[in-house]
Amino acid sequence: MKWHVLRPLWLAIGLVGAILVARQFLVPDDFGVHGRNFTYGYHRLSNIQEWKDFPVKYKGRESCAECHEENVLKLNSSSHAAVECENCHGPSVNHPDDVELLPLNKTRELCLRCHAFLDYPNSARGQLISIEDQRHKRRYECVKCHNPHDPKEEVE
Amino acid sequence: MTCSRRDFLRNTVGGSLASVMPLSAFTLLSHAEAEAALADSKVRWAFLVDTNKCVGCGLCVTACKTENEIPFDAAVTRTWVERYVVTKDGETHIDSPMGGRDGFIDDKIRDEEIDPKTIDKAFFVPKLCNQCDNPPCVQVCPVGATYQTLDGVVLIDRNWCIGCGYCVMACPYGVRFFHPEKKVADKCNFCYHRISKGMQPACVECCSFGARRIANLNDPDDPVAKIIKTERVSVLKDEYGTKPHVFYLGLDAEVR
Amino acid sequence: MLEEPVVHGIEWTVKELFVYPNEFIYWSIQIVMYPYMTGLVAGAFVLSSLYHVFGQKDLKEIAQFSLVFSLALLPVAALPLLLHLQQPTRAMEPLLTPHFTSAIAAFGIVFTTYGLIVVSEIWFVYRKYFVEQVHALKGKTGLSNAFRRMVYRVLTMGAFDVSDEAIRVDKKAAAIFAAVGIPVACFLHGYAGFIFGSVKANALWMSPLMPVIFIMSAVVSGIALCMLTYIVIMEWRAFRQRRRGGVVMAGEIKGAEKEVIGKAARYLIGFLVAAISLEMLDLIFRGYTAMKSWDILRSVMYGKDFMNIFVLQYTLGNLVPFLLLILPRRSLFRTVIALLLVLFGVFMMRWNVVIGGQAFSLSFSGYMHYEIPIIPHSIETFKEGLFGALMVITTPFVLFWVINKFVPSLQREY
Repeated sequence: MKWHVLRPLWLAIGLVGAILVARQFLVPDDFGVHGRNFTYGYHRLSNIQEWKDFPVKYKGRESCAECHEENVLKLNSSSHAAVECENCHGPSVNHPDDVELLPLNKTRELCLRCHAFLDYPNSARGQLISIEDQRHKRRYECVKCHNPHDPKEEVE
Repeated sequence: MTCSRRDFLRNTVGGSLASVMPLSAFTLLSHAEAEAALADSKVRWAFLVDTNKCVGCGLCVTACKTENEIPFDAAVTRTWVERYVVTKDGETHIDSPMGGRDGFIDDKIRDEEIDPKTIDKAFFVPKLCNQCDNPPCVQVCPVGATYQTLDGVVLIDRNWCIGCGYCVMACPYGVRFFHPEKKVADKCNFCYHRISKGMQPACVECCSFGARRIANLNDPDDPVAKIIKTERVSVLKDEYGTKPHVFYLGLDAEVR
Repeated sequence: MLEEPVVHGIEWTVKELFVYPNEFIYWSIQIVMYPYMTGLVAGAFVLSSLYHVFGQKDLKEIAQFSLVFSLALLPVAALPLLLHLQQPTRAMEPLLTPHFTSAIAAFGIVFTTYGLIVVSEIWFVYRKYFVEQVHALKGKTGLSNAFRRMVYRVLTMGAFDVSDEAIRVDKKAAAIFAAVGIPVACFLHGYAGFIFGSVKANALWMSPLMPVIFIMSAVVSGIALCMLTYIVIMEWRAFRQRRRGGVVMAGEIKGAEKEVIGKAARYLIGFLVAAISLEMLDLIFRGYTAMKSWDILRSVMYGKDFMNIFVLQYTLGNLVPFLLLILPRRSLFRTVIALLLVLFGVFMMRWNVVIGGQAFSLSFSGYMHYEIPIIPHSIETFKEGLFGALMVITTPFVLFWVINKFVPSLQREY
């Protein structure tokens, strides 16, 4: 028996062995099947917690009401009740700890998102109070005349 | 919501813990015990989109980009809104400028004027990751960088993804993309960091019209889940067998 | 240099009509190069095995050469992938945590297996030569001789027995590897076809015929490339002989060359017919069943991509070389033209599948045009542009030149 024929086999085994050893060092210990099955649940387990720890930016109206109760109450009883504070004021994140004054968006473009007239029949958009942008006070910000916390209120 | 926030929080936290703990301690529990814990997961996330209510303001897209740190000026987004305008000649005009990030203010579609008198119907369709029950994107990942949690959300491990793009090609809905800065795959995950704390996804929070709602199909008291189960809902591209979990009210036949 | 974060694919994608916001041409030129290179690998190996396994004695010369060339091509098959990955430093992960439900995960295993088979076969074929070289270089002075001797010693792997029986065993082992390697080579390229064929989301790719079409055209390209390179080398040798006045020797070289090429051409024609038949079958089925995607597919195939598919691939890349090869009184010149067209045709097939599959949107209501970056202005436009592709196509020849310095694939005794 000519044993030299097995040399390539040793090479192959060595290579596979090296990969398995590398695997011990390079693959995190919690990598495996953690979900339903191998097809849909093969992953590194600690990644789930990493995603849960992702920082939250938008805190929601209740969190704004903790300090700005008056504004929130006014908004709640107006025709803009459904509009979220942070839609115009931006996400609160850690306000007021990191940012004292949130970057308020007063542009026309923001209001036009809902209130630019689009002649679409049978559409919720078609039913909103709207203007034709080109024909209504083109030079001014909407908030100059309309109070976003109570759009029906007269503004000086 | 009829259940109190405390209950919701308790169920969610309890459910998440119950699903994660047996797995993280699988060396201590037997295989059978782990299986049993998997079986009665208390949460299965689903989403309900009401296209009858969407006005195309695009505030959801802006909120999503901000909340999930997707570069604002990049032409990719985890969720988007499509505008459909069906005219009398049978043509359907569709657009989604920057995913609807800035809303739809112009009535021109790709610089084409459409005479309003010729419009039969027009509507807006928000789209996001369907968190499918048979996610083809998870099936084709060569390294196990994307996976489905027990509560049904498909997540991506940013530290393990090699950026081959197979998952992006495999998704029939086009919800996946490459994050321009992280250089790995990315997609909507129902704001997993928010729903795990009992909050709403950012897009749901910021929608003023109630067009977007999240549901826990395994919660018998969840009112949104009730709508999904009792009213007429549809899904996108069900012919691919993906079993998507974003349900639509008022989904038109013209929607692609 | 800190680059501005750019959406991957935006620089070479032009969208038309309605395309989903996140859709871009993500799989571009490097993903065209990858199946092309693995196809050449598979084809070269199959050609070599026609001699080792099926005893086609006339193919002996080209068989030796194509075996080594297959080895030179192998690392280059991985190169397009490394250039394409958004995270190339994580390229080993398919070997470390292979998710076997993915066709790409098979890559690590199949690639490694096939590499081991080719290396083993080459070892068994040339071991005697390595041993002889170790003895011949003994006692010779000079750094380059010492280096060469060391390389040959390593290559022998310590097996110095060159008795008749040992050589007989070597030949038998080589034949076994050649036989085993055929299905592995087919699998290497078949799975590349499976990568595309199993993507149900893509209306053009999704087809059970895809792996078979890929294998057939891979063998075609492999045989064509080996024949072409062989002709170039033989012509060069004959030219050198004639310059030295060795007209008879030159004549012998040319004669042998003609016989070998004639034989190989017959196999090429066979696989060419098979490849085109399958593609026609796929097209006819699609048109006949007219699924939801047929409208957009038809407008892409008969409209924007008509030139690429019907003129460049089917006519120039298949029909014309087929005619050039089967018509009587085939000259060497005609053969070379045919081989070049075949190689071009197979490249166009890969292009039409990869790029063509992304030419239409998932919405079936829009198109994407691919504008390959020519002059790179960033790392990404180099990697996924023309120069990246050129880098991939030239490397095997460089590698072959290096390997050939130690493994004499062109000498007639082996």
